[in-house]
Amino acid sequence: MSAPNRQAAVLPAVDVARSGAASVLSSRNILVAFVAVLAIAPVLLPEFYITLLNYIGLAAMVALGLVLLTGVGGLTSFGQAAFVGVGAYTTAVLTTSQALPAWLAWAGSPWPALAVGLLITATVALILGSLTLRLSGHYLPLGTIAWGISLYFMFGTMETLGGHSGLSGIPPINLFGWVMDEGREIFYLIWAFLLVAALTTENLLDSREGRAIRALKGGMVMAEAMGVDTSRSRMVIFVIAAMHAAAAGWLYAHLQRFVNPSPFGVHVGIEYLFMAVVGGAGQVWGAIAGAGVITILKQWLQDWLPKVFGASGNFETIIFGLMMVVILQRARDGLWPLLARLVPARGTTRVIDASAEPLPRKAMPAAGEVILEAKNVTRRFGGLVANNDMNLHVEAGEILALIGPNGAGKSTMFNQLSGVDTPTSGEVLFRGKSIAGHGSREIAHLGMSRSFQHVRLLPKMSVLENVAIGAHLRGTKSVLPSAWRLDRVEEARILREAAFQIERVGLGEFMHAEAGSLALGQQRILEIARALASDPCLLLLDEPAAGLRLKEKQALGELMKKLRGEGMAILLVEHDMDFVMGLVDRVVVMEFGQKIAEGLPDEVQKNPRVLEAYLGGVE
Amino acid sequence: MDLDIALILTQDGITTGAVYALLAIALVLVFAVTRVIFIPQGEYVAYGALTMAMLQQGKVPGTLWLLVAMGAFAALLDGIRVMRGGARSGLAASLGWTVAYPLALAALLYAMPATQSIIVQAALTLAILVPLGPLMYRLAYQPVAEGSVLVLLIVSVAIHVSMVGLGLLFFGAEGSRTPAFSDAQFSVGALAISGQQVWVVVASAALIVGLWLFFDRSLYGKALRATAINRNGARLMGFSPVFAGKLTFVLAAFIGVLSGILIAPLTTIYYDTGFLIGLKGFVAAIIGGLASYPIAAAGALLVGVLESFSSFWASAYKEVFVFTLIIPVLVWRSLTSHHIEEDE
Repeated sequence: MSAPNRQAAVLPAVDVARSGAASVLSSRNILVAFVAVLAIAPVLLPEFYITLLNYIGLAAMVALGLVLLTGVGGLTSFGQAAFVGVGAYTTAVLTTSQALPAWLAWAGSPWPALAVGLLITATVALILGSLTLRLSGHYLPLGTIAWGISLYFMFGTMETLGGHSGLSGIPPINLFGWVMDEGREIFYLIWAFLLVAALTTENLLDSREGRAIRALKGGMVMAEAMGVDTSRSRMVIFVIAAMHAAAAGWLYAHLQRFVNPSPFGVHVGIEYLFMAVVGGAGQVWGAIAGAGVITILKQWLQDWLPKVFGASGNFETIIFGLMMVVILQRARDGLWPLLARLVPARGTTRVIDASAEPLPRKAMPAAGEVILEAKNVTRRFGGLVANNDMNLHVEAGEILALIGPNGAGKSTMFNQLSGVDTPTSGEVLFRGKSIAGHGSREIAHLGMSRSFQHVRLLPKMSVLENVAIGAHLRGTKSVLPSAWRLDRVEEARILREAAFQIERVGLGEFMHAEAGSLALGQQRILEIARALASDPCLLLLDEPAAGLRLKEKQALGELMKKLRGEGMAILLVEHDMDFVMGLVDRVVVMEFGQKIAEGLPDEVQKNPRVLEAYLGGVE
Repeated sequence: MDLDIALILTQDGITTGAVYALLAIALVLVFAVTRVIFIPQGEYVAYGALTMAMLQQGKVPGTLWLLVAMGAFAALLDGIRVMRGGARSGLAASLGWTVAYPLALAALLYAMPATQSIIVQAALTLAILVPLGPLMYRLAYQPVAEGSVLVLLIVSVAIHVSMVGLGLLFFGAEGSRTPAFSDAQFSVGALAISGQQVWVVVASAALIVGLWLFFDRSLYGKALRATAINRNGARLMGFSPVFAGKLTFVLAAFIGVLSGILIAPLTTIYYDTGFLIGLKGFVAAIIGGLASYPIAAAGALLVGVLESFSSFWASAYKEVFVFTLIIPVLVWRSLTSHHIEEDE
């Protein structure tokens, strides 16, 4: 094997939560060593390897975008090669054209052409994204295949783009007077671009915006309920991935000094996706490993396979395809975790700055103010009336329990109250405003927060990060500040808030554990901490005590009493009568979709209709 | 353009559209039952056409050896499963399909005289290629059947690139065109309708009716529909999702190969032609939202007609036109869908 793989193997792991590895190497030292190796590589290596490393670097930039899109965001694109083409052709046309119109004359050299290329790419990505990203995840890849093919045929047929023979005579890049007309020179620029892209991507993922992005894979319903605009997050990563590709295309055009359509077809786009999968589609540094493996393997197979088969052709695709099937069946995380194990980097545990300024809080409504009110809510599913003319209200500073036997319509009612579903007739008022037709994001904005009957959290993320998603709406720092680490003050405040809520619900010892490693009861408590992190005035809890042990139930009860004391309104749907009766202020009992009783816990327990509903009537 | 040309273009468009309709129906079916976005559908078309061409040239097609190899590999996996203490039941039947059948077919091909009637050639082509469908499901998809749509999609793409590479190996870079099923010519007004076009449209229509009967009347068809609606429910009723997957892939392979045999006399097919043909089926399937069979079929006719008209006006851009067709469809779907769902 040649140099790139050995270098890739000593990269730091991106997983910041991993800690306690044996090695004393810190991520920073490994990165410094890697940069040093890169810096002297052009001096030592023969031309062939420099060229190879240049291609690996370019491919890794495209693969990096796909890691973000596919591995992290759960979306994919086969059109990345077409975006590379946009970057390459834009600069090719602008820097070789003899007769640019006057208004475009400023863009006639490489650096302005990069800006134009990125702008065009972002525009195309925004259009494609707005067409497909609201739909299920598989429309984006299908849309990008169509886009990739269309663009490829455009490149091949348009006269101004040189048709299939392409455009030549592209000038080299000039950086402050340094003309990069040799592979050894542009090598530095390519790898500098790649490192900056990788580091900013890593920064981005470790931020408020990054948590929203990481919630896209398997946590969209939850993220929306926490106020995350998931369509926007999808768009963000799609545009970033496209711009990485376009920048790679710009470098490619000035490295080759010539462009033609063939490197920008859909099959090349598929190869980029393979690189991301091979490297480990959730790993920023895996993109470099994947690009290295596929590029070198391709080189080797293209020499070797035609001799074996006695015919010329791109037979390496047979091997690549089979390799991909095996990797997806056997090692879905790709090669990166295997490589990272060779040199275990010391993981960095997240530091919580206890001195960070607390996040601002909204004023709690006055005790006794009606927070949530259901007026004559009826919900029909065809002929079935799940909720019939339900009325209830919750006041600030009280805990209301909604109880009833199985099938009474509690969950349907919960969905009406939380805005997940819209009543057939009647209305739900939150602080006097109707919530009908508002998405769960807007409702989160108004100050309502909830837990889920079936726990919805991101099992691979730490407890701290899961709870921090709850505080999403209390931060404002967006993509660029996150990528460039200008968000650290706000991030410290968010993490402090999350840590505070975790301590408060009693999960402090699990702060940095993976959320998926918690017992189910603890995961329910985590959901309460996450809801609290949003600074709500109303908490909707769906069976919070299910799966808890006695002590944990008592602690949860104490917490809820404390929240009530602070003026919060709490509505819970619950089965556990002991838990409910000792805790809540009022009870609403449902049976067959209707309210059959309402009142103080003691009254309700003596109500004959309630006894009949729970214990059966005496015939 | 006058009316005659428009009619001729429409006629061409309907012929190709009929084939796209078959593919679109297969794609919707595969997605509904298995959640697989079946990119390699087009490769079955190309393999069908080129295998048929090789048989007509009196050669043994390489796809036969692909069948033997995939069968042997599936048998090996079954063997490993039994060695590790898996159930033995069904092993004999499974070995029959994975080992005995491909070898018997190979023996038959070598024993038979090279020249055969076109019907026998078509039957042999189907006999070689259709079993590749369930074998492919067994080897590539079954181990990841519970994975996300995204994982299944990447597996599909991986199979696609492998099949294109193998296609080049088996058939070479030269294209092929097979003789027509019939030399009959009909003329209706200004239109000259070739026998092959009649074959394509009639066979497509017959297949669509057959599929409708299968899904509406037969127990297996109903079970497949049940699996498409609720996988777990169908499993609880004793209908294995693995079997459903294999059966679906039999149908998809059959439809793909038959389409290939039907269009081989109309256009020159190369080893990599299948991708674009399959994608046009996808455009139609997307028009049907990957869910509706009739809308997908109607969309396919639209794709066919659009393709034939755009090749008349601006042939260099005909692919661009066809693939741009999905944009209004996507816009419409985007505007009408609001809720956020978890992608499984």
